Amino acid sequence: MGWFKRLKDGIQTATRNKKEAPEGLWYKCKRCKETSTMKELKENFLKCPQCNYHVRIGSHDYFDLVFDGNYEELYPDLISRDILKFSDLKPYPVRLEEAKKKTGLNEALTVAKGKVNRRPLVICAMDFTFIGGSMGSVMGEKISLAIDHCLETKIPLMIISKTGGARMMEGAYSLMQMAKTSAKLTRLAKARIPFFSFLTDPTTGGVTASFAMLGDINFAEPEALIGFAGPRVIKETIKKDLPEGFQTSEFLLEHGFLDFIVDRKDLKERVSDMLTFFDN
Amino acid sequence: MVFLDFEKPLEKLYEQLEKIQQVDEEGIVDMSATIKELETKIRNTRKEIYNNLSGWQKVQLSRHPERPYTYYYIEQMCRKFVELHGDRFVADDKAIVGGLGNLDGQSVVILGHQKGVNTKMRQYRNFGMANPEGYRKALRLMKLAERFNYPVICLIDTPGAFPGLEAEERGQAEAIARNLFEMAQLKVPIVCVVIGEGASGGAIGIGLGDRVFMLENTWYSVISPESCSSILWHSWDYKEQAAEALKLTADDMFANGMIDEIIKEPLGGAHNAPEEMAKALKRHIKKTIAELQEMDVEERIEARINKYATMGVYDVIPQEAVQEKEGK
Repeated sequence: MGWFKRLKDGIQTATRNKKEAPEGLWYKCKRCKETSTMKELKENFLKCPQCNYHVRIGSHDYFDLVFDGNYEELYPDLISRDILKFSDLKPYPVRLEEAKKKTGLNEALTVAKGKVNRRPLVICAMDFTFIGGSMGSVMGEKISLAIDHCLETKIPLMIISKTGGARMMEGAYSLMQMAKTSAKLTRLAKARIPFFSFLTDPTTGGVTASFAMLGDINFAEPEALIGFAGPRVIKETIKKDLPEGFQTSEFLLEHGFLDFIVDRKDLKERVSDMLTFFDN
Repeated sequence: MVFLDFEKPLEKLYEQLEKIQQVDEEGIVDMSATIKELETKIRNTRKEIYNNLSGWQKVQLSRHPERPYTYYYIEQMCRKFVELHGDRFVADDKAIVGGLGNLDGQSVVILGHQKGVNTKMRQYRNFGMANPEGYRKALRLMKLAERFNYPVICLIDTPGAFPGLEAEERGQAEAIARNLFEMAQLKVPIVCVVIGEGASGGAIGIGLGDRVFMLENTWYSVISPESCSSILWHSWDYKEQAAEALKLTADDMFANGMIDEIIKEPLGGAHNAPEEMAKALKRHIKKTIAELQEMDVEERIEARINKYATMGVYDVIPQEAVQEKEGK
């Protein structure tokens, strides 16, 4: 006699709730749990074809969505250094190595220059998969260099934020990146070169409290989490449940902190429109 | 007197001293020699303790309940001070205070985080955690200073910007970001001093300046050691380790080039001789303002931005390695 006995025959889990699908073929929506093929997902601008959920995507996905074909990556060779010899449960260099391996990227921010309907644009885009898209010295320096490049070439700048905030493993260095990037942005403003801040899911902490809120135009993807403090911290502080829709793009639009919300399928056209407006 | 846990040896000595002083006052036995001896011992013990403070101990000191706060320094440093209230939009924040001061004949705008001096006031001051109105009030005062060409002094002492519901609704992030942007281009000199806790965005929201100082026993970092422990160690118990790992002391911050100077505190901390502390602070601020006023406006703004632009340490992948990777 066996130790276990099957009480009910057949597979009980509904197909729609079935986990695990071969990588690269199928996409299972995090929100509606419906399954689509990767092909369908791509054709739908990387949004769930069933419920329009904007899947968290990477920097290069955004470059592909926005730029006309080719783009040139800038400053790809900057990498983080373990300045403070920081170690929590894992040493910082190990975290960095793991992130590099997992993402195939060198850092949480990638800068690229390309064209949007034939108009030039520099985009800095974050990868949440790289230590939560956190801002350390490299992110600050890359944005700073991108600003210099825009000042030199008079090309507009767009930053796509997708981040948990500052990178704790770099201590105050990461905090100072808020001051560094914001201070540098004032030069762009003085030179009248437009800066578009595009906030995606999630954008919180020190990034929101610096350049992400400083765009000439601030706009966001639908239903993105955007805030200063994270929802968990706020909940612990006020000891109450948070209202539905709190800290979403729609909430920020309603409270006056965003210019508009854009569906990913309209992103390129909207960016292109803005470039046209500011080209006069 | 409040003794922190690492000051326990001092507490015992003070108890002894008190008893002996009582005996002495009764006048039967002359204890003056013993008292002198004990006082020397207290001084030496204090020196010993204070020469070897850990990061966490400095965090504790920065939060010492008897430590002087912004109002105290303003009162000590300024011949006259008129507090100015309100952000002109929503409310008057109680955790950031400020106004017009007279610093030996020089009009200044002086502002800072204010913590409460007792339980009731601590609540009233929201423990020094400002809402967006606080940052917007600070900016309004700085703009006032700019209009009339007065230097700005910012005193930093906060466990963080308030993470509340209304704070988010009214744009905590935007308020801090806007201050960073405006402070970078402010036409008048800005001197910032961390007088207690310098936690994260809440601190830097009034902390971008031509010169940034820290009092000796203060800390400044991207996150408090407690929150860092909670997030990275998944437990509240590693605050000591987090305090060490974050390199948040004035010494570390100076060594890493993120502040311009450390202002020495009296032995035993600012609260042990607050008047002396306020005098030292005033001396530093006055000297610094005089230096900054010598500079041309545009030159000063450029130097300010360039100072922050160089903050950050990173590596560059050697070209051979890049080519090798591409070759594969």
